[in-house]
Amino acid sequence: MNRGMKVSGGILLGIIAVAFIGPLLSPHDYLQTDFGKLLQSPAVSDFRLFGTDDLGRDLFVRCMLGVQVTILVAIVASIVSLVIGVAYGAISGYLGGRVDAVMMRFVDTLYALPFIFFVILLMVAFERNFLLIFVAIGAINWLDMARIVRGQTLSLREREFVEAARLTGVSTARIVFRHIAPNLFGVVIVYVTLTIPQAILVESFLSFLGLGIQEPQTSLGALVDAGVNQMEGASWMLLIPAALLAAILLCFNFFGDAMRDAFDARGEK
Amino acid sequence: MLRYALKRLLGAIPTLLLVIVLAFLMVHAAPGGPFDDERVLPPETRQALEAAYNLDAPLHQQFLDYLSNLVRGDMGPSYRYRDHTVGELIGNAFPVSLKLGGMAMLLAIVVGVTAGTVAALRRNTWLDRTVMGFAMTGISVPVFVIAPVLVLLLAVKMQWLPAGWSGNEGLSRFVLPVIALALPQVAYIARLTRASMIDVLASDFIRTARAQGLGTSAIVRYHALKPAMLPVLSYMGPAIAAILTGSVVVEEIFGIPGLGQFFVRGALNRDYTLVLGIVIFYATLVVLLNLVVDLLYGVIDPRIRRR
Repeated sequence: MNRGMKVSGGILLGIIAVAFIGPLLSPHDYLQTDFGKLLQSPAVSDFRLFGTDDLGRDLFVRCMLGVQVTILVAIVASIVSLVIGVAYGAISGYLGGRVDAVMMRFVDTLYALPFIFFVILLMVAFERNFLLIFVAIGAINWLDMARIVRGQTLSLREREFVEAARLTGVSTARIVFRHIAPNLFGVVIVYVTLTIPQAILVESFLSFLGLGIQEPQTSLGALVDAGVNQMEGASWMLLIPAALLAAILLCFNFFGDAMRDAFDARGEK
Repeated sequence: MLRYALKRLLGAIPTLLLVIVLAFLMVHAAPGGPFDDERVLPPETRQALEAAYNLDAPLHQQFLDYLSNLVRGDMGPSYRYRDHTVGELIGNAFPVSLKLGGMAMLLAIVVGVTAGTVAALRRNTWLDRTVMGFAMTGISVPVFVIAPVLVLLLAVKMQWLPAGWSGNEGLSRFVLPVIALALPQVAYIARLTRASMIDVLASDFIRTARAQGLGTSAIVRYHALKPAMLPVLSYMGPAIAAILTGSVVVEEIFGIPGLGQFFVRGALNRDYTLVLGIVIFYATLVVLLNLVVDLLYGVIDPRIRRR
């Protein structure tokens, strides 16, 4: 572990810990409106650490809820993309030949599409719900994973233990999922840390446009959107969630980059 | 070269068809019809409406009709902007977005390549570290965070630049949107340029040039820049897609009447034909621009064409 990893990992853990513990300590909750205290600037008294929003709701609790939602969406979306990417890449790499060529050609085709617009289309067509957001974000982030897993699988399938499994009559599906997939763990874990910030980006983008997480639930993207509307009088409503989102993304990217450099010398850059 | 171009153009057709089928199916798989949230309609009116918008035909027939109209450039009427066709709306809104995106792309390439080259030449100095630190920040921080913070600092607090679009004329209203849109791409391009420039500067032909007594600036300009641009060129495809995505946010924040704003409005209003039309338009644009990038790649690096 190098210093960059330690620092960015530490900041991340800190933010996440405060996000889950902070609201428990606060006397306020994320729904409670207080029309006597609209748009109060941040203060220590009365535990209004981040001030209040235009409905008199406590911004600290709402920001922490936003971090929780953002992190949860990102993790679930990354798991979805992990499952699709690993299955697709491993099958393509293991079968090889013409199947591999066709499957990878399909990935190349998808790469060229502006996916985010399809996600927006999906959000328009179906009622916006949490689950759909997870799945949609996961569904657009699996392409890189599939490529990397395929590359690894190509070399794994020549190894003796795979050959041994094949000789003893293990089925193809079982070889792919029980013998090859577990050996991909190292590479996959590195790329998952790089997928998480991408998922956060997509989720907050959708929420910012009003197409993602809906009120009274919130996420950092939705909070930034609310802050934009109030920025002339209440700049903290924009700056605090914006800074939190930027810090989280920056730390994940630093951590992922450092991890790739440490474990995966073949990576680009 | 011409054969190569034609081959690539034909290769783009299945991709576009896939886009159209996917987008069409997604919109038509939506539960409920486009007129569901209006007041309860008498059955006759409803039938007349559905007939007018060709919604009473079977799905495959609707698709074939849509496709044949699309080929002729007709994307049907908008469900919400009743007096306009989708084609008209796109035609009116796109020039603004094109101007915005074009300026952002130009700025990103010029600044990104310059910053990346400087960082590569001053490798491992404070200058390099500063540029790369900014680049990491630019990659991580999304457009919808950069744009409002820029507005807050430069327009609301300092009052140097206009914050909005309407009521302002000339170039000044372009400054903030273009910077916000370009910054993430500046960051990516600077990182790519730095990495490939370092590679190129370490190669033999550069050593030869140096041995002949050429100065650093001449080496960079005449020898290193062109090969170092290849990774940047292949990033142009994703960059175009990212600028399109970013323009949606930037147009929303600054109130610019471009295609992105229509897209978001259409999405929030459930204007199915408009959203469908814009997605197909965007996808076509991205696919075609990718094609142009690929062809340029062949021009700069002749080895590609022989594959």
